[in-house]
Amino acid sequence: MKIKLAKEDIESSKIQLIERVSGEEMRRCYQCGKCSAGCPVSFAMELPPSQVMRFLQLGRVDEVMKANSMWTCVGCLQCYARCPQGVSVAAVLEALRQIVLRKGTDHERIKDVPFPFMKSAPQQAIVCGFRKFVS
Amino acid sequence: MPRIGVFVCQCGNNIAATVDTKKVAEEMAKLPGVVYTTDYKFMCSSPGQEMLKKAIIDNKLDGVIVSACSPHMHEKTFRKASEAAGLNPYRCEITNIREQCSWVHHDKTKKTGTIKSTDLTRMVIERLKRNRPLTKIKIPVRKKALVIGGGIAGIQAALDIAEGGREVILVEKEPSIGGNMARLSETFPTMDCSQCILTPKMVEAELNERITLYTYSEVEKVDGYIGNFTVQIRKKARYVDEALCTGCGECIEKCPFKAESQFEVGLTKRKIIYTPFPQSVPNVPVIDAPNCPKIQKDKCGACAIVCGPKCIDFKQQDRIETVDVGAIIVATGYQNMANERFGEYGYGRIKDVISGMQFERLASSSGPTGGEIRRPSDGKIPKSVVFIQCVGSRDEKKGVSYCSKVCCMYTAKHTMLYSHKVHDGQSYVFYMDIRSGGKRYEEFVRKAIEHDHAMYLRGRVSRVYEKDGKVIVQGADTLSGSQVEIEADMVVLATAIVSRDGADTLAQKLGIGYDKYRFYNEYHPKLKPVETVTAGIFLAGTCMGPMDIPESVAQGSAAASKALALFSADEMTRKPVTALVNRATCNACWDCLTACPYTAIEREDVRNRQGETIRWLARVNEGVCQGCGVCVAACRSKSIDLRGYTDEQVFAAINAF
Amino acid sequence: MTMKIPYYPGCTLNTVAKGFDATAREAALKIGFEMEELKLWNCCGATFPLTPDNLIALSAPAKVLSNARKEGDTVTTLCSVCYNVLKRTNKVIKDDKEKRGVINGFIDSEYDGSLSVLHYLEVLRDKIGFARLKEAVKRPLKGIKAATYYGCMLLRPFEDIGIDDAEKPTIFENMLSALGATPVDFPNKIECCGAHLAMNNTDVVEKLSGNVMTSAVDNGAELIVTSCPLCQYNLEKSQKRLIEERPGYTGVPVVYFTQVLGLAIGADINTLGFEKNEYSIMPLLHRKGIVAGED
Ligand SMILES: Cc1cc2nc3c(=O)[nH]c(=O)nc-3n(C[C@H](O)[C@H](O)[C@H](O)COP(=O)(O)OP(=O)(O)OC[C@H]3O[C@@H](n4cnc5c(N)ncnc54)[C@H](O)[C@@H]3O)c2cc1C
Ligand code: SF4
Ligand code: SF4
Ligand code: SF4
Ligand code: SF4
Repeated sequence: MKIKLAKEDIESSKIQLIERVSGEEMRRCYQCGKCSAGCPVSFAMELPPSQVMRFLQLGRVDEVMKANSMWTCVGCLQCYARCPQGVSVAAVLEALRQIVLRKGTDHERIKDVPFPFMKSAPQQAIVCGFRKFVS
Repeated sequence: MPRIGVFVCQCGNNIAATVDTKKVAEEMAKLPGVVYTTDYKFMCSSPGQEMLKKAIIDNKLDGVIVSACSPHMHEKTFRKASEAAGLNPYRCEITNIREQCSWVHHDKTKKTGTIKSTDLTRMVIERLKRNRPLTKIKIPVRKKALVIGGGIAGIQAALDIAEGGREVILVEKEPSIGGNMARLSETFPTMDCSQCILTPKMVEAELNERITLYTYSEVEKVDGYIGNFTVQIRKKARYVDEALCTGCGECIEKCPFKAESQFEVGLTKRKIIYTPFPQSVPNVPVIDAPNCPKIQKDKCGACAIVCGPKCIDFKQQDRIETVDVGAIIVATGYQNMANERFGEYGYGRIKDVISGMQFERLASSSGPTGGEIRRPSDGKIPKSVVFIQCVGSRDEKKGVSYCSKVCCMYTAKHTMLYSHKVHDGQSYVFYMDIRSGGKRYEEFVRKAIEHDHAMYLRGRVSRVYEKDGKVIVQGADTLSGSQVEIEADMVVLATAIVSRDGADTLAQKLGIGYDKYRFYNEYHPKLKPVETVTAGIFLAGTCMGPMDIPESVAQGSAAASKALALFSADEMTRKPVTALVNRATCNACWDCLTACPYTAIEREDVRNRQGETIRWLARVNEGVCQGCGVCVAACRSKSIDLRGYTDEQVFAAINAF
Repeated sequence: MTMKIPYYPGCTLNTVAKGFDATAREAALKIGFEMEELKLWNCCGATFPLTPDNLIALSAPAKVLSNARKEGDTVTTLCSVCYNVLKRTNKVIKDDKEKRGVINGFIDSEYDGSLSVLHYLEVLRDKIGFARLKEAVKRPLKGIKAATYYGCMLLRPFEDIGIDDAEKPTIFENMLSALGATPVDFPNKIECCGAHLAMNNTDVVEKLSGNVMTSAVDNGAELIVTSCPLCQYNLEKSQKRLIEERPGYTGVPVVYFTQVLGLAIGADINTLGFEKNEYSIMPLLHRKGIVAGED
């Protein structure tokens, strides 16, 4: 991958939106990798947490949007609990989800959720899942 | 018959565990000349020392051997105790039966350890029998220091020595003192203006009556040794009489010609008669002779016409002055590596690729742009600036292997200065690692990133080229695994800090060591950080290796305190273990002279009554000789002996084995 | 008079995790306090928004809190998620005046965050005391090696929750010790089970929960104790794959801490809801001689 880097990318309106919604400043992350080390679903993410941060620092929003990372995050807050800079990647990923969901695009269709799950799972899982995946 | 006493130490169980100390003592008692032997738990304890003293007096001993630990540990202790009991301290010798016997032979039957201890002690006894009493060497000390190099390290050293009540001569090769710090804009991590904190010190150095400034001068020759150096200083022709010049600057005003300004790192021109910068100390111009048409071909002379006090003298010559000092502090500083070495960055080819030092001048309010960041090619304000770190540093192949230590920090500073001056600008920094160890340094770098929005990219730059008035930078960001291309308006190189041209020549004049990068060697990197192997010569600042201002200042003060400590007594004493030339057999082959690493050997001419030289002889300067013994080995006619370790003594010891 | 403690059950405990609720109430009575269900409550929303820009999600838990405040000055929960959501919402309302105003505007109240939100474990530790709990034990869980699974919501983020050390918590273990069991420490005890991904990413959930289970079992656990219905669900469900993939693995019971609490303080074994567990605890209890019977 080769990118062109300019002020407009680093401080694009998209980045500003993510910063506003998440309440996190991308440049606070100093790329230590602690979040990726502890994230339980890092292995299943196309971009692990610290790379999500890096890509956003470079203004590469589209690639982050395409990656499965935001939908794979379980919100366990290990990243935030351990980040030496106090950055919450969890918040950034949730912001990305919200930006998608607020446009009315669902990530999960309710009718696709398996029936046995709906029947047997704890209510909280269903409520929480809908909150994370459905607009 | 000698009367020797032998004291064998048990060192608690340190020695006694594998050496039968009692047996060693008994064996020694059988030797001729040994009249007293004993073993004891801790010889170095006060009762142990008392016992030694008492035995010397009671038994009228004329020599003692303490078989104990390394002489590094307690030779001093036992020699002092012997001296207190009226013995010449050099009639006390140590046998090391701990490090050399008990600690290395784990034989629990004590057989090996005991045999070896007996052998070693016997050898030392034989050496001691041939040991002549020696007296400590006393050397007078001249309480005046020479500081070479008037950067911040040298200025600090000079001020501290002056404050300590001693006189200092400060030699600076440029027309003004101040060094590299005078060029800096603001300084990390506190961002105080460099000139504002430096110039008061420069003025103080000029006005202090104990400090004599020799600017535009260089050290020509150094003779002598600790406490007694004789130094020749070359005062280069300034073509302006320092005593008469009032510093009015009329001459500079009227001079019609210009040349590149070294002080401004080539960013601008200055007159042929000039002071490097407005706050120069002393404020006396010099004429750049090679570029002056008057001096070269007797044309012009405008300056002399306007000069009121008539202090311009086109015929002035270099002058050599000789000074006597007791200590020398070397503080000759650093320079930056030539950027042209790195073709990929385009320095020298692309006008808007500049060095870090040039950026300092652009950011300085006294610089060529009055502190505005304007790029050299067209004077426009650059909206996008790329900073490249580690240019030449950490680059074994094309540059130097070491880290230049300050460039991470000053690059962060540059991005801050840039963002303060160009609000809508964007800076990018290519780095390999960020090295910001130091009080408040890491916080400083984070501030550049978080507060001043510097975009840090972890990777290097492969190529810089020009396209439509832009400087295109091709690099990598290894954190995201991508190649990066930036259209920049200006590129700044954080070039490696290297030693000064000529650093090696000066080191040879002084007789101090330097490494493969020509940085001066400290005596011990941890415990003697400002001393050199040559007694009486100290180091301060970046002539030793890259460092920042706080460290340079600390070293200046440290070196000053070393000099002041030396000046605290009227004379100093030295161990009398020095080389001695046999004047009867020396045939002046000078092998010793080339072999001696401390230049302690001199040529002495022996003259007859008519004052004619009839013979040459090698002579050891006791003030300089360190007793290393290299000359002894080098002398083909066996005319040199080391006091305390004469051939006779050493052979006796070997034969006793 | 027995101490009455205002109690917020939450939806899950009112439906699929009824046993969690019932055992807690009964155990309380036996120990000497009463869990008094709030008269008026609603779902807490089951997730605390991770970004600050989502105030609407705080209106549901705020409503719970505002109503609870009318009944007392504390509210206790059992489910880790409810606890997390209520406690954090309460903190936002208490500390952030501006947000407080907006939220109160949404739900038409004047709640100020003065409630203290407790977890049942905190009640046991701080109001009853584990020493007193120990005295109440009738049926010590001697010889049972129980792994305590904290998961995420009971602990993180530390500065908002603060029930215990976020990396080295001990409250669960101390409770189990009081009950006579042997707590098993294992590396994954504060790692996520996969949570709501159960909805659409069972692969990841099976992996995460599977890691929790194997890490516990490898450290000798015979029983897993938890405080969250979703954790309980995921840990149970993930074992099917373990049974298929790990030779000799037969499944380990995953129970709520209130179930073992009830067991230890002598509740009727048939009221503890053990029959609902996919992997029965009974053989273990028989083996250890805690409850008479055969494997
Ligand atoms: C771009 C840049 C920015 C920097 N910014 C900062 C900063 O913000 N903060 C900070 O702490 N540090 C900074 N530094 C480092 C700082 O410049 C040095 O730490 C400091 O100047 C070292 O002082 P010095 O006295 O050792 O050497 P120098 O300043 O080099 O002084 C040596 C002096 O000795 C003279 N000299 C040399 N040879 C001879 C000789 N043979 N005879 C007589 N005189 C001689 C020289 O002319 C010079 O005046 C920066 C460095 C660079 C390159
Ligand atoms: S909150 Fe999301 S990104 Fe952070 S550690 Fe947990 S799963 Fe990973
Ligand atoms: S732990 Fe924090 S600072 Fe480190 S990479 Fe992750 S977000 Fe960045
Ligand atoms: S003589 Fe030389 S220094 Fe003087 S004015 Fe002419 S050019 Fe300048
Ligand atoms: S200080 Fe930083 S920029 Fe300079 S050489 Fe060392 S690592 Fe490179």
